[in-house]
Amino acid sequence: MPDLNKIIDIHELAKKYKGADHYSVNPITFSVLEGEVFGLLGPNGAGKTTLISMLCGLLDPTSGSFEIDGKTYGGNASELKKIIGVVPQEYALYPTLSATENLNYFGSMYGLKGKDLKKKIADSIEILGLTKFASKRIDTYSGGMKRRINLIAGILHNPKVLFLDEPTVGVDVHSKNVIIEYLKEINQQGTTIVYTSHHMAEAEDFCSHIAIVDRGRIFAEGKPNDLIDATPEARNLEDVFLSLTGKALRDA
Amino acid sequence: MHKLWQSIRKELLLLRRDIGGVIILFAMPLVLIIAVTLIQNAAYQRSGDVRIPILIVDNDKGNVSKSVFDNMNQSHAFELITKKEGVDLTEDSAKDAVFSGQYQLAIILPQNLSADLQAKIDQNVDKMLTSFGMGDSTKIKTPEREIGQKTVKLYFDPAVQMSFKTAVMNNIDKMISQIESKSIYDAFNEQLGAAGQPSFEQKSFIAFKEINPTVNNKEVKPNAVQHNVPAWTLFAMFFIVIPLSINMVKEKSQGTFIRLRTNPVSSAVVIGGKTVTYLIICIIQFYMMLAVGIWVFPLLDLPALNVDANFFMLTLVAVFSGLAATGYGILVGTIAKTQEQSAPFGATSVIILAAIGGVWVPVFAMPKFMQIVAMCSPMNWGLDAFYDVFLRNAGIREVLPEISLLFLFFAATITIALLYDKKKRSV
Repeated sequence: MPDLNKIIDIHELAKKYKGADHYSVNPITFSVLEGEVFGLLGPNGAGKTTLISMLCGLLDPTSGSFEIDGKTYGGNASELKKIIGVVPQEYALYPTLSATENLNYFGSMYGLKGKDLKKKIADSIEILGLTKFASKRIDTYSGGMKRRINLIAGILHNPKVLFLDEPTVGVDVHSKNVIIEYLKEINQQGTTIVYTSHHMAEAEDFCSHIAIVDRGRIFAEGKPNDLIDATPEARNLEDVFLSLTGKALRDA
Repeated sequence: MHKLWQSIRKELLLLRRDIGGVIILFAMPLVLIIAVTLIQNAAYQRSGDVRIPILIVDNDKGNVSKSVFDNMNQSHAFELITKKEGVDLTEDSAKDAVFSGQYQLAIILPQNLSADLQAKIDQNVDKMLTSFGMGDSTKIKTPEREIGQKTVKLYFDPAVQMSFKTAVMNNIDKMISQIESKSIYDAFNEQLGAAGQPSFEQKSFIAFKEINPTVNNKEVKPNAVQHNVPAWTLFAMFFIVIPLSINMVKEKSQGTFIRLRTNPVSSAVVIGGKTVTYLIICIIQFYMMLAVGIWVFPLLDLPALNVDANFFMLTLVAVFSGLAATGYGILVGTIAKTQEQSAPFGATSVIILAAIGGVWVPVFAMPKFMQIVAMCSPMNWGLDAFYDVFLRNAGIREVLPEISLLFLFFAATITIALLYDKKKRSV
């Protein structure tokens, strides 16, 4: 039985791609508590997307295990998928369908239908300021608008746990603000959020708990303010991040 | 069921948003079937409106060459050309014209062909009658002239297909044999003193009659339409592989495939949605092709498609062929990473399956090894089932082996696609 407060319980979870000479995610153990906004922060190639992909059931782990609300993909995958929501980094939408058509389809894949689904779609679209574009094709949308529809597609079924992979990447300040405010509202309604990002200021403001990931390992974990306080001369999360991961470029 | 219906609805919406693609999906098979049938019908039924021009050099100018000209004109297959730019053809000028590709064939009739053939036959008949003691004893014996074998030369354009060459050579051989037989009969008539009053019936004793199967008491006469509609319909149905595989590759590149994998929806629903949608397209294609065969072909002076065969059986075969095509499309779409991979591979592999399946060359005419390979092509199973229903009036029991194979092919391709997808997840 998982601890009542732990909604995600990860134990020695690791991933090594076939043919690779190193682990993308080294065996890691941590927990996410119910109602938290848990930020996974790290540079490019740190292993954030691989870790979140395993938690979303898109990749099989090489070793280790995890439970989400006491469920596993090996046991009752369908039940587990019903309680999670996923917002991938790509605009995972059909470009030639309208926002409503996309949301109607993805909502119905969660078993939603009829008036409830219609109302949920209309309400979400309204909150994110897209009502007058609802019947327009996605390929006519700006990047920020697509991001907002991408988010709605992941939360229509009121998931217990929401995984977000870089949900605000490449969007303007206004869209970013609308998205973060909406996520805060969802979190207040009881949804636990696991989120990856490069934006340190955004994470500092949004996350209640942070894990700094690099080279497939968790370097530090805790509340944003605790991490800042524990790092000498750090004034914000960015300083903590650079102090832990180094200042060298990672693309080389 | 609701999820399956929504998946079908989504696929139909995606198709509706690509009207150009849908038009191509339905129009191209129709253009294909009309063009191929028009071309092949000319080969099935030479009505004389299209004659192949051939060069003929008559160095004989006798009875034999006259018979050759008459026979070839009566065949309605050839237009005989003896002059070029107002000048009588010679062997050299005819050869040059053929080898340069201006004409497909030149026939060179040798000098004294008629006279030497008659002399040779006379010598043989004379010898035969003498050996039976029936020779003319009053006739003054003259030394027998040595008559060499005569050669009718044929020059073919190197680009001419083997089947055309064989057909022309067989026709000419048959024509010469008939002329020789007639000359032998004439020589006997003359020697036996019954000239002007034939002693022999010279008409062929053995005749051929083609008996065709009947469907609903009507004879089903094979023609280009009866052969082409099932063959090319099947070919067009398999071309569904291209849009279907592109649809799947797009889902992967757009990220919608990833989203679907995180949803509580089984692969059976996702694949089921695609299968039902594209199967509907296959069946619409099939009915459109039937409609073209029945109502459009007669407007183009082609024979109308005979659909007296059991309509239910035709639909049944179309459904199983469509399933096989859809399964193959899903497999190609699962394995391909990009549209650059799926489109050329899908198109080429369908053409290969059609070739080995007997769409162009009948399986019985293939080499032994290829006949075995043909048995592995789903198009061969579909084609056999369609021919069974269209031309042999077969029932469900007769087509059961073929439609079972088509269903197994569908099941196998879907299983491989699911296993491949699962394996990729564990990378």
